[in-house]
Amino acid sequence: MDATPMSEALTPRDYKSDIKPVWCPGCGDYSVLGSITTALAELQLPPEDVAVVSGIGCSSRIPAYANTYGFHGVHGRSLALGTGLKVARPELTVIVASGDGDGFSIGGNHFLHACRRNIDLTYIVMDNRVYGMTKGQPSPTTEPDWAESALAPGGTGLRPFHPLVIALASGASFVARAFSGDLLGTAALIAEAIQHEGFSFVEILSPCVTFRPDEREWRKQVHPSPVEPTDDPARAARRIMTDDGFNTGILFSGERSAYAPARPEGPVVEPAYFEAEFAV
Amino acid sequence: MTTSATERTSVVLAINGSGGAGAITAGSMLLKAAARAGLYGLLTRAVGPQIRGGEAVAILRLATAPVECAADRCDLQIAIDWMNADRFAAELNLGPESLVIGDAAAEEVPEAIAESGARIEALPIAELAKSVKGGRPNMVALGIAAAAIGLPAEALEAEIVETLSSKGEAAIEASKAALAAGMEAASGIDFAAKLTPPDKKEKRWIISGNEAAGLGAIRGGVRFVAAYPITPATEILEWMSPALVKAGGSLVQAEDELASINMIIGASYGGVPALTATSGPGLALMLESVGLAIASEVPVVIVDVMRGGPSTGIPTKSEQSDLNMALNGCHGDAPHIVVAPTSVADCLFTTQWAVHLAEAMQVPTIVLSDQFLGQAKAVIDRPADVAFIANRKVETAPAEGYRRYAITADGVSPMTVPGIAGGQYTADGLEHNPRGTPSTAAGDHASQLDKRADKLTKFDYGQHWAEIDGDGPLAVITWGSSTAPAREAIEIARAQGIDVKLVALRLLAPSRPDAFAEALKGVERALVVEQTHSGQFLRHLRAEYDLPGEITHLCRPGPLNFRAQDVLAAIKEAK
Repeated sequence: MDATPMSEALTPRDYKSDIKPVWCPGCGDYSVLGSITTALAELQLPPEDVAVVSGIGCSSRIPAYANTYGFHGVHGRSLALGTGLKVARPELTVIVASGDGDGFSIGGNHFLHACRRNIDLTYIVMDNRVYGMTKGQPSPTTEPDWAESALAPGGTGLRPFHPLVIALASGASFVARAFSGDLLGTAALIAEAIQHEGFSFVEILSPCVTFRPDEREWRKQVHPSPVEPTDDPARAARRIMTDDGFNTGILFSGERSAYAPARPEGPVVEPAYFEAEFAV
Repeated sequence: MTTSATERTSVVLAINGSGGAGAITAGSMLLKAAARAGLYGLLTRAVGPQIRGGEAVAILRLATAPVECAADRCDLQIAIDWMNADRFAAELNLGPESLVIGDAAAEEVPEAIAESGARIEALPIAELAKSVKGGRPNMVALGIAAAAIGLPAEALEAEIVETLSSKGEAAIEASKAALAAGMEAASGIDFAAKLTPPDKKEKRWIISGNEAAGLGAIRGGVRFVAAYPITPATEILEWMSPALVKAGGSLVQAEDELASINMIIGASYGGVPALTATSGPGLALMLESVGLAIASEVPVVIVDVMRGGPSTGIPTKSEQSDLNMALNGCHGDAPHIVVAPTSVADCLFTTQWAVHLAEAMQVPTIVLSDQFLGQAKAVIDRPADVAFIANRKVETAPAEGYRRYAITADGVSPMTVPGIAGGQYTADGLEHNPRGTPSTAAGDHASQLDKRADKLTKFDYGQHWAEIDGDGPLAVITWGSSTAPAREAIEIARAQGIDVKLVALRLLAPSRPDAFAEALKGVERALVVEQTHSGQFLRHLRAEYDLPGEITHLCRPGPLNFRAQDVLAAIKEAK
């Protein structure tokens, strides 16, 4: 936690803490951490003006590994934590980090409403389609026939949740998909997302090589989106719902105004101002 | 009503009517006019279960000295009509001494009211209203009420001008005429209750406990609120929303209580004192994250305006039954602060104090108000300015190797907030070492548990931990909205030569065993008063404190608040 060296350019290393991650060897989240620190270095944001806020799960351990301010909260509530921080301290850059269980299952309602508010946060979800920290149960994005979990023998039979489309339908103004294996490409998307004014959602396919070794194949499946990003949410939704689930890049970028709390019309008043309405 | 007017110190008036009849409006106007005339008062209201409209009653206790609880009996009920009026019989508590005035043209008096033994008179309320163009029956009722207690017409007229200023001159004149008609009609009725306002007129306020809590929060330094609407706490939020903007803060209407609590933790982590307000069901949802605030040492204030429980319970009525949850609802060993206001006016002080305590000790603080305290409107002397404000120990120039959770003598570690260079740390609900790094080491767990407990027990709470009054072999031990009826009963008992001590706890957690023992020195017997079914407060006292051998327990669930006579009877039994 050295003081920020303001004189020279910050490098990704300046945004990393000295705490060793708990992740398994080969976990996609290492690369996501690298992408976040690379994006922050690209934007040259002072580490003390950035907060990384998370919930619970493998991906949610990320704040402690960054040399920014951080909050590792309770399961599912990272967006609420980040919203409170951003509204109270709008000048900060607030990045909310989550996973598919934390963000789409227990925290699903907050996801809808953060998109709806269009609050100026960057929401990074490391989607590995499995609960890793509890050792391999199906999550909302797990395929219906994934049958490797003792909790759901034979698979869940449930249709996977489609976070990108739900984000669009709920009002998110920036929607992107990334792949953790492409560190620099993901960093570029995160940098764009941070600069976007409003709620920016980056879903990062981040393989769990321990409980989903099949996800090693993602490296071969991902490809850049063949079309330019659109600002038409209906067109973006149709594309996302009909693509193969592996095209990466900015899929939607709109210009809806970000959540802005009311500001006083005149000068800020002292508490004594309010006495008049009660005085007889 | 001037014929046999006798001087009184307190009168209870009720005005009831069906939806849209304006009973509550008339009651509010009467309270304000009485306050202008120099009287004190308390306005409570009861309504039917309908979302909008439906029967309503405004119950006013007007007095020559401050009043903080419901009176023993209703002296005068004015029924604009009888729609479902029997619903309110238990709250009004009519008796043979009471007078009920109904509309001459109305149907039969409801059974519950007739059975009370109250004297029943009829006045042509509707007809008088009709005799004035644009006249309304509630203004006639207001006139009758004013005449009954000897309030001058001018006081009411001033109130009419203020309340109806947006409705135009014609509406004002019509209301004045209806008021005069009511006052005139009442002159033929014998009612002995005249109030003479005290000479000394302090600066007075009319305020509800919910508004007072909001103002206390802002006085204490709260500048961020996130909350989800819930009865009976919503008025705190509705008052604070525009007020916070003026004070340079903001309020977010959250998607649920899970979000509310986490939003305020986020804001407070950012250095802005933050609060949420809710009721029992909301607090139940928040408790997991209250534990997060405890572990990560982020100060927040949670106001729980209690209602009847469990589950949805009785949302519009008071009870003190969230005590167990507020004290013990968190998982793990989770020390935090619980305070409770002892009156409508005290909602201001206690909430302001709560902000101070939370910030000073970096700990969540729960304020246990209740529906009675929150929604009653009282005429009070202007509350004193107190010095309690948010004063967080912030490390503005962290040295290299800054440790957020360093072990300190008082258990409070200076915290940094985002923006302070070199102070970066990760707040965590995981157990951690002094630096904040997650740790499963036994030593770290023990030392952080010690630290979080010690900072609360080592703090100097001063005399505010309880309200202690008088002396005697018998102590009435109570808290929250049960304090006011206890206080009133003790005054009556003293006048009858019975010495009783009052000990009303404002600080419910952490416990103050030494201060409590000191307060109970010389006390031989105790009467414990609480509004629960299972005796949550007595069980808490037994667990935490040494009590005298003889305990009498006045324990009753909501929805009816205690009256002074209930407590007085228990005092006599305990004596």
